[in-house]
Amino acid sequence: MTLQLTNVTLTHANGVHALRGVDLHIAAGEQVAIIGPSGAGKSSLLNLLATALRPGSGEVQLLGERAWQLSARQRQRLRARIGLVHQAPPLPPRQRVITAVLAGKLGQWSLGKSLLNLLHPVDIPGARAALARLDLGDKLFAQCQQLSGGQLQRVGVARVLYQAPEVLLADEPVSAMDPVLAGHTLTVLCRHAREHKVTLVASLHAVELALGHFSRIIGLREGQILFDLPPGAVDHELLDRLYANEQLQSPPTPVAPLSLQIPRC
Amino acid sequence: MLTSDSRDPATLPRLLLSLLAVALLWPGIRFSELDLSVLLAGGSQSEMGRFVATFWPPAYGEEFLALLWQATLQTLAIATAGMTLALLLAVPASLLASRALSLSAASRGGRPSFLGRLLRWPVRGLLIFLRSVPEIVWALLFVRAVGLGPTAGVLAIAITYSGMLGKVYAEIFESVDQRPAHALLQAGSGRLAAFAYGILPNVAAELLSYTVYRWECAIRASVVMGFVGAGGLGQQMDLSLRMFAGGEVASLLLTFLLLVLLADQLSRLLRWRLG
Amino acid sequence: MNRLINLALLLAVGVAVVTSFGYLGIDLGALGDSDNLRQMGAYARRFLSPDLSANHLQAIAHGALETIAMSALGTLLAALFGLILALPAAGRFGWPFKSASRLLLNALRAIPELVWAALMVLAAGLGPNAGTLALALHTTGVLGRLFAEALENTPPQPADAIRLQGANALWAFCYGTLPNLLPQLLAYVLYRWENNIRMASVLGFVGAGGLGQMLYVSLSLFQEAQASTVMMAMLLLVLAVDSLSSWSRQRWVKA
Repeated sequence: MTLQLTNVTLTHANGVHALRGVDLHIAAGEQVAIIGPSGAGKSSLLNLLATALRPGSGEVQLLGERAWQLSARQRQRLRARIGLVHQAPPLPPRQRVITAVLAGKLGQWSLGKSLLNLLHPVDIPGARAALARLDLGDKLFAQCQQLSGGQLQRVGVARVLYQAPEVLLADEPVSAMDPVLAGHTLTVLCRHAREHKVTLVASLHAVELALGHFSRIIGLREGQILFDLPPGAVDHELLDRLYANEQLQSPPTPVAPLSLQIPRC
Repeated sequence: MLTSDSRDPATLPRLLLSLLAVALLWPGIRFSELDLSVLLAGGSQSEMGRFVATFWPPAYGEEFLALLWQATLQTLAIATAGMTLALLLAVPASLLASRALSLSAASRGGRPSFLGRLLRWPVRGLLIFLRSVPEIVWALLFVRAVGLGPTAGVLAIAITYSGMLGKVYAEIFESVDQRPAHALLQAGSGRLAAFAYGILPNVAAELLSYTVYRWECAIRASVVMGFVGAGGLGQQMDLSLRMFAGGEVASLLLTFLLLVLLADQLSRLLRWRLG
Repeated sequence: MNRLINLALLLAVGVAVVTSFGYLGIDLGALGDSDNLRQMGAYARRFLSPDLSANHLQAIAHGALETIAMSALGTLLAALFGLILALPAAGRFGWPFKSASRLLLNALRAIPELVWAALMVLAAGLGPNAGTLALALHTTGVLGRLFAEALENTPPQPADAIRLQGANALWAFCYGTLPNLLPQLLAYVLYRWENNIRMASVLGFVGAGGLGQMLYVSLSLFQEAQASTVMMAMLLLVLAVDSLSSWSRQRWVKA
C-alpha cells in the first residue's frame, strides 16, 4: 500500500471535527478522485496525506513509512517524495514564474544548487517543459502577480510536476478554470501519473470532471467516507445523498494587502 | 520549441547592477574609512574597552544627582519652550500656505487659481527651507550668536519645528473633505470662519496627535543639540565624555533613556485623552 | 467628568509651558531688543559672501563624498545587521531570543546618532569611520524593528508550502518569504538612507568627519564665508538625495 490511513481522526485548532475515523488504502499508481460537499474534509484529508496536518488519532502510512514516527529530518525527506497542489497557489506575487516552478525541486537539490538558483535559474529547459504541458510556456519570466487565477493554479500544478514526486496530491487543482481548461489540465495530470507510475489523489468540486477522468471515486461527507466506487457505479441517488443540504459556501476572506508604515519623525 | 528566450532576461540587468554596486563599494569604503574592527577590539587593549569599563558603576554622588536633575528639567523646558515658539509661527504659516483656505479653490472644485497658487508658494518655500536645515546646525549658529546655554536650543527648535509643523498642518488641512469649508466660503463667510467651522473639527485630533509626537522628538533633539552647547542633558554628556568620566556618561545615558520612555508614555496619554 | 479631566490636562500643559520659559530664564524681550537684533544681523550678514575659491570647493567636494559614503555604508551595514536581528525579533527562534533581540534593537535606536557618534569618536578616533559606525549602530535598531514588524505581517503560506515539499527552513525563507518582503525592506532602507544623509552631515559636529566637521571647524574659527559655502553644499546634498530616493522608490518599490 502506498498510502494507508487507519482509523484517522483529525480535529482542527478551532474545534471543528474535520475527519472521523477514516480508513483509506490507496495502491501505487492508482488515480483517485475525492468528491463531496464543502466542509466535508477534502482539503483536510489531502493535507493529512501530505503530512501538513497531524492526526489526533490513528495511523498514517505513506510510501511504506509511518509518517509521524519519523524524526523531523526523515519526514522532510519523505515530504520531498510527496507533492501537493494547494487549493490557493502559495506563490509570492513578486516572484517570477520560473523561480516558482524551479522551487519544486528544493527538497532534492544540494545547498549549492539551491543558492545558485536564487541568482540565476539553473534549469530553464526543465521549467519550460513543465509549463509547456500546461500551455504556459511563454510565461516563463513573467511575475506571478501578472497572471490570472487560472494561470496561477496551473503554475502551482507545474511546480509539482517539476518536483516529480512519487505521490501527487491535488487539492481542487482546477477550481479557478473554465470547464474546457479544467478538463484539459486534468488530462495532463492523469497522463503524467500514468506515464510515470505516480499515485494521483485529487479532490474536485465538479462531479462530472471526477467521473470523467478518474478510475476510483471516493465520496466524503462530514469527515467520513460515504462510498468508494469506480465511476460507473456512482449514480444519482448516491450523489444526492452525498450532497444533501449542501450549505452555501461562504466566500473566502480576502487577503489584506501588505501595508507600509513609514514613520514621520 | 522556442529557443529565442532560453536565456533569462533578468541576467543582464542583475549583472550590471551587481557590477555597479561593487564599483561603488570600493570608493565608498575608502571615503568612509570603514573599519569595523574597532568595535570588536574590546577588552583592556583598546581605548574603547578601557573607557567602556569605566561605565560601571554609573555615577550617583549627591552633587552629581542634583546636576542630573537640573539638566533633565532644562532639557524638558527647552523642548516645551521651543515647541511653543514654533507653534506661534507654524499656525499662521500653515493657514497662509494651505490650499484649504483658498477662496478660488472653493469655486473651482478644490484647485486654486494660478494667482492663488503663486501667492502661497513663497510661504511653502519658507517652510520647506526652515525644516531642511537640521536643527543642530541652527543650534550651532545660535550658540555663536547668543552664547552657550539653553536659549540657542530653544531658538533652534522654534525655527526648525515651525517649518515641520507648518508644512504638516497645511497638509492635514488639505487631506480632509474640503466640501464643508467650500460650502461656507461660497455662502459668503470669511476664510477663518470657514476654516474654524468647516475644517478644524475634523482635523483637531490629528493635529494634536502630531504635535504631541513632535514634542517627543523635540526632547530628543534638545539632548542632541546639547552637544554643541545648547544646554540640558546633552551638554552635560558632552562635558563628561571629554573628561572620560564613564560613570557620569552612563548615568546621563540612563536618565536620557528613562526620560524618552516617560515622554513616550505621557504623549500616549495625552493623545488618547485629548484625541 | 471627561471634559473636566481634559480641561485639567490642558491647564497642566499651559502651566508647563509658562514654567518652562521661566525656568530657562529666557528674556524674550531682551532677545528682541534692537541691540541684540543688530548683533545677530551683523553675524548673519557675514554669511552673505560665500567663499567659492577652487581650493575650498575641492575640500567641500571631498567632504561631500565622505558624507555620502558614510551615510550609504552606514545604512547598508544597518540593513544587513537589521535583517539578521529581525529574524529572532520576529519570533522565528523562540521567545527568549525574541525578547533579547528586541531589547538590543530598542537600545540601539533609543540612543541618538549623535551620541553614538560621540562614543564612536572615542573608540575609533576622529574621522568618518566613527560616523559610519554610529549611523550603522543606530539605524540597525530602527531598521531591525521595522523589518521585524514586516516579517511578522507577511503571509506564511508560500514558506509553509516550500517546507512541505521537503526543503529546509532557509529555502522556505528565501523562496517563500523574501520575494514578498524585499520591496518593503527596500522602501524602508531608502527612506532611512534619506534621513541618514541629513544625519551624516551633522555627525561631523562631534568629530565624525564629512561636511559637518568642516562646518564646525570653520564656525569655530569664525570663518563665516567658508561656513556658508559648506551650508549651501549640505542643502544641495540633501535636496539631491531626496529626489533620488523618491525617484527610485517610485521606480522599484510599488508597495
